[in-house]
Amino acid sequence: MAKLNIVQAINSALKNEMKRNSDVVLLGEDIGRDGGVFRVTEGLLEIFGPERVIDTPLAELGIIGSAIGMAAYGLKPVAEIQFMAFSYAGLEQIFSHAGRIRSRSRGRFTCPIVVRMPYGIGIKAPELHSESAEALFCHMPGIKVVVPSSPYNAKGLLTSALRDPDPVIFLEPSRLYRSIKTDVPDEDYAIPLGKAAIYQEGKDITVVAWGAMLHRAAEASAGFDAEIIDLMTLKPFDEEAILNSVRKTGRLVIAHEATRSGGLGAEIAALVAEEAVMHLKAPVIRVAGPEAVTPMAKLEDAYMPQIDRIRKAFATVMEF
Amino acid sequence: MPISIIDEFKIRRLEVLDESGEADAELMPPFDGNEIKKIFERIILARTFNQRALSLQREGRLGTYASILGQEASQVGSAIAFEQSDWIFPSFRETGVLLALGYPAWQLFRYWSGDERGMSAPDGLNIFPMSVPVGSQIPHATGTAMAMKIRGAKSASAVYFGDGASSRGDFHEALNLAGVFKAPAVFLCQNNQWAISVPRHLQTAAKTIAQRAFGYGIEGIQVDGNDVFAVYRATKDALNRAKSGQGATLIECFTYRLDDHTTSDDSSRYRSAEEVEEWKKKEPLIRLRLFMKKKGLWTQAYEDGVAGNALSEIDKAISQAENYPPPDKADIIRFTNARLTLRQKKELKTLGWEK
Repeated sequence: MAKLNIVQAINSALKNEMKRNSDVVLLGEDIGRDGGVFRVTEGLLEIFGPERVIDTPLAELGIIGSAIGMAAYGLKPVAEIQFMAFSYAGLEQIFSHAGRIRSRSRGRFTCPIVVRMPYGIGIKAPELHSESAEALFCHMPGIKVVVPSSPYNAKGLLTSALRDPDPVIFLEPSRLYRSIKTDVPDEDYAIPLGKAAIYQEGKDITVVAWGAMLHRAAEASAGFDAEIIDLMTLKPFDEEAILNSVRKTGRLVIAHEATRSGGLGAEIAALVAEEAVMHLKAPVIRVAGPEAVTPMAKLEDAYMPQIDRIRKAFATVMEF
Repeated sequence: MPISIIDEFKIRRLEVLDESGEADAELMPPFDGNEIKKIFERIILARTFNQRALSLQREGRLGTYASILGQEASQVGSAIAFEQSDWIFPSFRETGVLLALGYPAWQLFRYWSGDERGMSAPDGLNIFPMSVPVGSQIPHATGTAMAMKIRGAKSASAVYFGDGASSRGDFHEALNLAGVFKAPAVFLCQNNQWAISVPRHLQTAAKTIAQRAFGYGIEGIQVDGNDVFAVYRATKDALNRAKSGQGATLIECFTYRLDDHTTSDDSSRYRSAEEVEEWKKKEPLIRLRLFMKKKGLWTQAYEDGVAGNALSEIDKAISQAENYPPPDKADIIRFTNARLTLRQKKELKTLGWEK
């Protein structure tokens, strides 16, 4: 057991799984000699060599597309995209191929790839280094979407992703990469995909959040009896965990940093409207980014849902 | 049936000014003494901005910054070939291009400090906001060039990118479209040998980036990117071809990134200090200085004066940038659409950004 940050925990998950399963190969820009721009793959080239830790040309579409071909042949490729916005060039590969191959070939071919990428706002990075487009991936059938919130669950969730038979988009909150350290076992362990965790128990308000926003929601809950659900897997998300909690509290606040329109909060709110509306005592509130492009550093604090906005939402639902 | 050769290609490389400061008399562009001094001064200005930006970043006064050190000849030499009506699509490593085109230094400092207002080009400068996703701006230049052709304008469109960008699909699709539609476009690749940690020989198995032009039926040439006169000449030739209806050109400026990829990078992790030292000997200012000295255009006192002026111009720009009022939060939403949606109007009020 060692105290690790998320960067180290992900490195540990990759290393253990690469030792356990010789089919696992990593590919991406600067992941080998440079150890990745966030140093997530540091040291892996030295252990596993250039055939399993592949420094690629600068080509996101090519990285994701060739990972699909590798997976079809029987390898377990893990593609790293340097920042979420750079995955957009590869979306056709994810949406039109990775998510569909099993269905189109009626199971004859499969696509067990993992595509890892840092995402989210809050590190004062340059333009297009702070995207939160998780809902985009969640919308498309056939792929799973996972977001860790701690070093411990980052390792366990990635291990599950690496053993999943289908494509998994693994979104790493860049704001949390080095800001939290927790105990992480040296040996491998798996946290099942599709299951949420109760981060904090409470009676009055159900709060659903993931990634970096989870910690902000928890901080905002001081003085409220809030039950905070760490969703962890965004697709398919744990419907039962949310419904059970809402049936108990009767109030729901969803906090995400992505733009509100078409965000994942809408899907969660719709689920509760369909399955548990009679249990609701108050309107569902989404605390989310405005309908605007993620701004550059000078304005990013304004864009991100701040503690006071989340607290205001808690206070509003408590008026009912 | 015997195998026959149906096409062949040759890669031309253009050099005008060698490392000892000798210029090829036939290839030398017809610059007079004052024009040559102006080129020198633009390089000094770009380098001064660059040095100050790196210092400000270390002091926490700027965000991540991408240094241009070593690439000034590629940037200034190409930029001075354009006319006012031409359109430019820069990447994020184009300080020398932007300053040479008259982009206000203080606005560039705003941009690098994380303020979108820095990317709003002054009227009369057709310069798109610098593109962050590598290579994604290349098709835009093709499109603008096609529009120029449709409108019958005698203008051209140019796009800057690096060796890494040439591996992306955007690059190939843009060159292909430009070939098919004979678009008046100039594709300026600054091959600085490193895409973060990936060296040029692992970026493509092709011998040069210039030769990729042939696959798309457009012109391609490699130039010594540390030779400001060669870069100017190649760009001017490409612009002349474009404007006389002969189509697009890919120019590979063979240069070197002397600094880290950005201030977030540490290039000692992936390349040797010896390699960098070798390239330092070839940096563009050394040979230009030698050339000017031979022509009686350079003295140490002259350079000191130029450097002093550049420093005070850049320092003035920094204080203008830093004294500028902070951005309005409402701007986050305000510029998203021509007409704001109902939700956006509501958000402006509920967030307290607009009364």
